[in-house]
Amino acid sequence: MSQEPETAAALPPLVLIVDDVDHGREICSEYLEFRGFRVATAADGQEALDKAFELLPDVILMDLSLPKIDGWEATRRLKNDDRTRAIPIVALTAHALASAHEKAMEAGCDSVVTKPCLPRDLEAEVRRQLEGRPR
Amino acid sequence: MARLAQIDPSPEFRGGAGAKAKLALVESLLAEQEARPCALFVLRWLVRHAGVERGFCAVVDGDMSRLTGLTGIGVPLAALDSFTLPLDDRTHPLVVALAGAEPVAFHSSGQGLLRPFDTPLGTDSFHAVPLSRSAEHGDFSPGLLLLTSRGDGPLGEDVRWAAEMLGVRLVSLWYRRAQIDERRHKRERSWLFGIINAVTDPILLTDADGRILMANAGAEMLLTADDQKSEGRRRAVALNNMLFSAALFNAEGSEQSRKELLLVDPTDGQDLLFEVLSTPVRIRIGEAGVVSILRNVTDLRRASDEIEENYRKLRAAEVEARAERDRLDLILNSVVDPILVTDPAGNIVLMNPPAERMFTVRNRAGGGAGSSTEAERRVRANDAVFTSFVSTNIFAGASRHWRGELTLIDPETGANVPLEAISGRVSSQRGEETAVVTILHDLTDAVEKAQLYEQVKRHSEELREKVRLATAELAEQNELLRRQAFQLEQASAAKSQFLANVSHELRTPLNAIIGYTHLMLEGVSGALNASQNEKLGRVDSNARHLLSIINDLLDIARIESGKLPVQLERVAVPDLVDEVMTEVEPLIAGTSLAVARSIAPDVPELRTDRQKVKQIILNLLSNALKFTPQGSVSIVLDYHAVDEEVSVAVSDTGIGISEENQSTIFEAFGQADSSYAKRHGGTGLGLSICRRLATILGGRITLVSKLGEGSTFTLFLPRRTRK
Repeated sequence: MSQEPETAAALPPLVLIVDDVDHGREICSEYLEFRGFRVATAADGQEALDKAFELLPDVILMDLSLPKIDGWEATRRLKNDDRTRAIPIVALTAHALASAHEKAMEAGCDSVVTKPCLPRDLEAEVRRQLEGRPR
Repeated sequence: MARLAQIDPSPEFRGGAGAKAKLALVESLLAEQEARPCALFVLRWLVRHAGVERGFCAVVDGDMSRLTGLTGIGVPLAALDSFTLPLDDRTHPLVVALAGAEPVAFHSSGQGLLRPFDTPLGTDSFHAVPLSRSAEHGDFSPGLLLLTSRGDGPLGEDVRWAAEMLGVRLVSLWYRRAQIDERRHKRERSWLFGIINAVTDPILLTDADGRILMANAGAEMLLTADDQKSEGRRRAVALNNMLFSAALFNAEGSEQSRKELLLVDPTDGQDLLFEVLSTPVRIRIGEAGVVSILRNVTDLRRASDEIEENYRKLRAAEVEARAERDRLDLILNSVVDPILVTDPAGNIVLMNPPAERMFTVRNRAGGGAGSSTEAERRVRANDAVFTSFVSTNIFAGASRHWRGELTLIDPETGANVPLEAISGRVSSQRGEETAVVTILHDLTDAVEKAQLYEQVKRHSEELREKVRLATAELAEQNELLRRQAFQLEQASAAKSQFLANVSHELRTPLNAIIGYTHLMLEGVSGALNASQNEKLGRVDSNARHLLSIINDLLDIARIESGKLPVQLERVAVPDLVDEVMTEVEPLIAGTSLAVARSIAPDVPELRTDRQKVKQIILNLLSNALKFTPQGSVSIVLDYHAVDEEVSVAVSDTGIGISEENQSTIFEAFGQADSSYAKRHGGTGLGLSICRRLATILGGRITLVSKLGEGSTFTLFLPRRTRK
């Protein structure tokens, strides 16, 4: 289970994990690293924007309720910037109401995953986003 | 009885008469003015000079109808008087002889005689000598001489000459007589006309057919008009004739009759009323007529009509006067206020019943002597007060009306009665004061009414105040309700927000629990031993159960707060069932159950919320699979055309539900056996959610079950869900 296929020429995909909750960041990053991804983390919206423009990750996992700049606003800004427009953003939210999903999609997220979720399901979603994106 | 006519025998009868004798006869005839002596002269002359023994003269009468005896010699007078022969018997020998010019001889032997007949001569042998004819007498001679000859010898020549002389003389005499008669008739006629014309009443003679034969001036004025008269007059006359004929016709009969007849005066067109007196008369032999005398009774009738009319007017006036008086009485009596009429001296001359109550003692026998006396005293007091009121004012001023207030005493009860009095003078045409009319108006009522009015007004005001207060209170209540509604709305929103927050706050730690558990179970933090693995598996299972409870609770909250939008679209239920079957395939695979599916061919497409229907069917099917240890599960689709409903029945041969639990099974956490449910991972909220969803879609879920034998849950959905 520990060996993931890795192409020799390319680095593994970089996932930016944005969550103000420590254990949220920890679970995701530990699992995705364990599964062979490169991982970067941000604890608020401003940091998420800074890291995204700096690192240009392959996928962003974006919690929506964030300090400073919330996830919806951060998403909007990333999707309105030519440098980051193409990066798939998967919204991660503990809000189960349909309205929260709609808001996320409106802001520009490519998909929404409701918390709590199994780390395994999260990985599957990340891989789906990577496949749909031409490299 | 047979007297003989005078006989004068003469010695010359045999020989022919000499010229001297003839001359003497002619002279005698001319000297005589009457027919009879003339005839006698001739007969005598014939006896004396022409051999005649007996003879007589018969002459044609005035209307040429018969032959009668005139005179004779040697003939019984009675036979002579009774002799008469109708001339219309043209075959009679004497009539034939009369028509001829020559003498005819008759003999007993029958010569020239067709049948025997009587003559005053009393013999069959005689001579009939016609007198000379004349133009006036037409076919006939004026008469005949019937003669017998002496010894039946022949008659002399002079007979014909004598007969001619007599004929000429008789005709001459008759002519003169006729002239005299004519003059006399004319005179008499003019007298008669003078008389009837002097009568102003119209007089008429009419024949049997109603034609006017004679009319006097009065009648002519009414009934005749020549062409020179005016058109109106001619028409009036024609009308009168018609009316008169009709009256006459109706009066037919032999008796004298009297009747009224209305005619028109042709000169001025006025109606004229006549009394007609009609008397039948004989005009000629066998011809009847009527004499009518008209008496003008127009004026008489008019006068009688006028009298009648005057009488009628008098009667009407009398009736009117009586009605007027009755009406006045009625008015006076119907007025509830006392009305009194007093003479200038103040004495009461007339009053209506309400006034009588105040001014007379009633019911004398009723109240006993004491009270009666008391009543009389009160009446006298009233009288005094009233008289003083009237007389004071009558001398006080010149005004025709005055008004005042006075207090009388009710004679029966002794109570004071405040009254308003209005008086008016009644004056004659000459200005004399004849009476005073006073109307009294009881003020007691007015006072009471005023009090009553005040009371009503007070009550009304109280009521208005109460209404005002009630209205204010109502407004306040409304405001409160409005605020409460607003608060409720806010509370509802807050509740939803709270639920969302709770859900969010529960999910975050749950996320950590599930996440870390998985990290360890996946070996991210290194390998686990069997016991650790098993225990972490329990943590995971419970964490997931908790998550599904949270999800279901959130669903219910959303349904209840109406935040679950219904999205209507066309849904093919059979396809939906297939979809659900596919999803539960893994579940089925883990059992040994026989799962069957049956779909009726006429199930139509529904207009409903696809996601919600799917959720319900999924839930029902999952339940059936979960609670059926062995046997079968079936899903049956049907269409009920009458109710336009589609039913989805999910049946199982599972544990079933007891009757007492059937009523609570749809309530939240109403699971029949919680231990069993836990074993199968149910939250106890599924059916509760299903029922709520079915209701939202306008449908329902029913349950038929028996403990230990199985259950059938049936979802009914309308063909079209309305928002």
